[in-house]
Order: sequence, then C-alpha cells, then structure tokens
Amino acid sequence: MVSPAHFIALSVILFVIGAVGVLVRRNAIVVFMCVELMLNAANLAFVAFARMHNALDGQVIAFFVMVVAAAEVVVGLAILTAIFRARRSASVDDANLMKY
Amino acid sequence: MTGTHALILASPAAETTREVGYWILAILSVAAAVGMVLARRAVHCAMLLAVVMLSLAAFYAMLGAPFLSFVQIIVYTGAVLMLFLFVLMIVGISAADSIIETIRGQRMWAALAGIAMLVLLSLVVGHAAIGPAAPSSAKFGNANVTSLANLIFTKYLYPFEVTSALLIVAAIGAMVLAHRERITPRPTQRELAARRIASGRPAPLPGPGTYAQHNAADMPALLPDGSQSELSVSPVLSGRSGEQPRELPGHPEPETASSLARPASAGAVTGPASPGGQEAGEQ
Repeated sequence: MVSPAHFIALSVILFVIGAVGVLVRRNAIVVFMCVELMLNAANLAFVAFARMHNALDGQVIAFFVMVVAAAEVVVGLAILTAIFRARRSASVDDANLMKY
Repeated sequence: MTGTHALILASPAAETTREVGYWILAILSVAAAVGMVLARRAVHCAMLLAVVMLSLAAFYAMLGAPFLSFVQIIVYTGAVLMLFLFVLMIVGISAADSIIETIRGQRMWAALAGIAMLVLLSLVVGHAAIGPAAPSSAKFGNANVTSLANLIFTKYLYPFEVTSALLIVAAIGAMVLAHRERITPRPTQRELAARRIASGRPAPLPGPGTYAQHNAADMPALLPDGSQSELSVSPVLSGRSGEQPRELPGHPEPETASSLARPASAGAVTGPASPGGQEAGEQ
C-alpha cells in the first residue's frame, strides 16, 4: 500500500539532494537546476498532503509554485546570460565584484 | 463513470501496480537526482533533471492530480528544461565544472549540512501524523480540472490575479536583462579587413580532413609534412570530454597515403571549402 507518507519521504530525500547540489556546485546553471529540484520536491509534498486531507488546496498551491518557478527561471537565466556576457564565465565564484 | 473509476483504482491489482511503479520510479528519481549533483557536465545535469521531473509527473498521476501531472510535463519538462538547455547552448557548453575547491572544506561542510538537514526533516516527518490517503473521490479523478478551476477562481482568485502581475514583470525583466545596447559603433568592412590582416592570418582556417573513409568534422587535416593541423578542428570538438584528436585510421597503403595527404595540404593553404572539392575532382 503506497501511502502519502511514502511520497513525503521521497520529497524529503529529493529536497535534501537539491540543497546539497546548491551548496556544492559551481556552475550557476546547475545551481539553478538544483533549486528547481527543491521546488519540485516541495510540490510533491504539497500534492501528497492534498491527497491525504482530501482537499484540493495543496494542488492549487503546487500549481502556483510552478508558475512562480517558471517566472524565476526566466529572470534567473536572463541574469545569467547578462553576467556571462560581461564576465565570460558561468561560475558562481567569478561574480565577486560586490564582495567587500 | 466515476464509480467504475473508483472501483478500478481500489482493486488489489491496481494497488500492486501502483506499489511497483512507486518503487521503480522512486529509486529512478533519487538516482537521477544524485547523478545530477555528481555529473560534471551541465547538459548531463539537465538530462537527469528531466528524468526526475518526468517521474514526478507519474507520482502526481498516482496521487490523484492528473492536471498537475500534465502541467508538470508540459511546463517543466517542456518549457523550463528547454529554456535551461537553450541557455546552456549560449553559455559555455564546453565548460565543465571545475573540481577545485575555492573555499576550503566546502564539500565536507556541504555534505554535513545535507546530512543534518536530512536528519532534521526526517525527524519532523517522522513525528508528524501522516494518515492514509483519503478515500478516492471524483475530484481526484475525472472532475479534477473542474474542481481545481472552481477553487482557483473563487477562493484563490486574488493570488491568481497577482500571479498575472508576476508573469508580466518576469517577461519585462527578462527582456530588459537580456537586451544589449550596442555601445561601440558597428565595425565597417574596411576595419574588419584591416583587423584580419593585422591578426597575422588573412586566410580562413583550414577545414577538417576529408579522407576516403572518414570526413567527420573532428578529423584533423594533414599538413604538407604529414603532421596533423590543430587549427582544422573546432576547439569545441577537440575539447569535448578531453579527447585527444582522432588518430588517422590504420596504416594506409603508400599510394593511398599520398593521395590522402595531398588534398589536406592543399586545404591548409587555400581554405576550408577546397579539400572535399578537390578530392571529389580527383576521383
């Protein structure tokens, strides 16, 4: 019997993997992908809780998360291309001009 | 219709299928997520992320969210991931992530933070009272889309309207950020020609080698002295996964060797279009 608890455990694992990826990776695009993975894991938890509580609110919230994630990706990737044009690098270590 | 749907969902065979599907997809998605963190190349990361997203779409379908399942495939796998790949093609497709740690001990601390986070979240989830799934109803099946629409346009109308503002701001922001003003005047043809002469190589770069058995773009051309021309292969191709330039196939017969060398050396002098054309002319 696959219960919502299974899905929530899976979403915890995926969220942690995404967080470790954000901490470890250098390439800004890959960092973005890891953020997407974390958002997806949160969505899975929302949908699982919606199933558990027999209410669709969780699915609506997951839907809004998808919209916000899409907007975030568009703006984030535009910033990345702008940085890449200016500095010829996609590494998060090279964007350090604002450092004290 | 909904009655039969609920019956099918509740039958023991469907339950077993769902369980097997869950475990296969769970292992697959976790493996793909781990691979995404470990893969050196950003394109591999994008492909593994696609695997995770598609398995999540299947999970949504299992959890009674058919609408979100399709939105996941169309918006995430279709649009967002394609956007990622598109930007990857612009930004450093050849750049593999460096393995050098710029902050000392960053990996170790990141792994520790990950383990701590996993323990924390596991404790929270373990202590929460997560009940079984509610009995199957129409709003998790055939009436999913209409029920969602009811909710979005009544209870969540205000957030939905704010979302439209967000989308407009995001679209304008992307246009502003990606737009580039030309700050220097466009170089004229005369300036381009002068720059070309000053660069020391007025002729175009030599084309790749064209041989009897191989004419791929990563085959280097031969110089008059028999050595391979590095310039004849694009740096993107020769830098791909750290490969050495491809060896010429086998040890050809003496007469074929001379016929191989001739068009390549001619190509090194006259330009990229000539090797294939000359060889075709000779045959």
